[in-house]
Amino acid sequence: MALLEIRHMTHYFGGLRAVHDYNLDIEPGQVRGLIGPNGAGKTTIFNLITGIHRPGEGRILLDGEELVGRQPHEIAARGLGRTFQDLRLWRHMTVLDHVKMARYSKIGYGLVGAFFSTPRRNREEAQIEEKARELLEMMNISHLADQMVPNLPYGAQRRVEMARALSTEPKILFLDEPTAGMNPEELIQMMGIIRRVREQLGLAIFLIEHRLKMVMELCEIIQTLVFGEVIAEGPPDDIKNNPAVIEAYLGKEIVE
Amino acid sequence: MVFFFQNLVNALQWGSFYAMIALGYSMVYSILMLFNFAHGDIFMVGAYIGFGVATALVTLSASGFLALPGWMILVLTILLSMFLTSFVGMIVERVGYRPLRDAPRASAAITGLMIGIMLETGNLILLGARRVSFPPLIESVTYNVGGVFVTNKKIMIVLISLGFMLALHLFVQKTRYGMAMRAMAFDYVVVPLLGIPINTIARLTFAIGSALAAVAGILFGLAYPVLDPYMGIVFGWKAFVAAILGGRGSIMGATLAGFLMGFIEIFVAMVFPSTLRDLIAYSIILLILVFRPHGFFGEPYSARLRL
Repeated sequence: MALLEIRHMTHYFGGLRAVHDYNLDIEPGQVRGLIGPNGAGKTTIFNLITGIHRPGEGRILLDGEELVGRQPHEIAARGLGRTFQDLRLWRHMTVLDHVKMARYSKIGYGLVGAFFSTPRRNREEAQIEEKARELLEMMNISHLADQMVPNLPYGAQRRVEMARALSTEPKILFLDEPTAGMNPEELIQMMGIIRRVREQLGLAIFLIEHRLKMVMELCEIIQTLVFGEVIAEGPPDDIKNNPAVIEAYLGKEIVE
Repeated sequence: MVFFFQNLVNALQWGSFYAMIALGYSMVYSILMLFNFAHGDIFMVGAYIGFGVATALVTLSASGFLALPGWMILVLTILLSMFLTSFVGMIVERVGYRPLRDAPRASAAITGLMIGIMLETGNLILLGARRVSFPPLIESVTYNVGGVFVTNKKIMIVLISLGFMLALHLFVQKTRYGMAMRAMAFDYVVVPLLGIPINTIARLTFAIGSALAAVAGILFGLAYPVLDPYMGIVFGWKAFVAAILGGRGSIMGATLAGFLMGFIEIFVAMVFPSTLRDLIAYSIILLILVFRPHGFFGEPYSARLRL
């Protein structure tokens, strides 16, 4: 049984069929990619899995446990972490606070601890801080810990978002266009970070990406989505040479 | 000069009430982008619950069954009333706000007004139209500090209020719940995806705001021992003004604005006839807002993101 198993997921927005009969298996430690033209439904798939929308049909199983019908915070606490296409960071909080906050579901102390500052609270808050700093270290942004997010360059903001997602201790990390808007240098750094995250934390990664070079280099298996349907699935080389994919999506790139 | 200090003491006490109530408005606003217009009436309910608890404890103590000193009764009254009033807030959130969270803003805004009216009339039905008097609990002692008369109650009211404000500040800054509140203030979509239950946080926010309103109600009852079911209306509105003046969802801002309003009211009354007090005081506050439309700590733009 796969870590994440999706069977026959279909979803409509009003009369519009956004996703049709979508299936997915992610194994522990696997890196998978989802590509497709704009509007194909990639982000919708992320939103369906993470519980922002509830799929009209289909099953989503994480470690054999059904996720459909659960609240987004329950799904996140069970091990799905994600980032967003448009960075969603808080301009009034420091980098460190972003990462600490995301550990909410991994903390045990309750209201009594919070109100009376019990030893357990103090111990756990110290652990949170330590873990958060480790993640910032891994993202190479530990020197920015006390900065407010709007003051950071774009590439660093992306890393803050990644650290925040990792702070929930996900089993699978969902990255929605992690290199959108990045310059070539930032892109290379981000690829390095994704590799490092995978090696050091051993988690599975599912990424949406427009930059094919990056998907082809990082992913073991790639799905191509067109109008909400998977038209091809396989290792990078197969996808590259698949006529349907070339027609729908890759055409120009391959000619180059 | 003595006159000035005398009024300063009064202003601090008066400001404590406004600030404590304003905090509840401000906290709810910051996480839900809604003003809980029932909050003034929750202050009233808190005062009545305090009255009930205090009266029961005094009776119990007088019967000799459980002889408690006055200060102990006060402490117990505050703690028990906070606990009980927090449930009022949680019920208001569950019944009035959660079902309407995605409703048009105007609909969600009037739920507070309606619940406020329900609480007022509910109280009338329950206790009748008579006013009740808050038991004194502690003996009043007046100190003469260089001609300025300060009562032990005034000192206590200001210190207790400041203590709770500090505690709230620490709670919001230093605990996982406070962090979740701060995050939720800016984004509804991401916060649950980080494993944070937003309904729990909303409920907690209402509970804390209501508990603070209960403290304000009890302290008010100590200073001005006559309670009536409509006492929350004017106080509620003025504290609401303080919350806006302090700036969007800012705890520090609501506290400062609450005290500032106490100062303005008292010092206006010191110079002008007291019938003109509110007219002049609120003209001044209006003028402040003209120059600082976002309040003291508000931000000039809103970045709430929604899917």
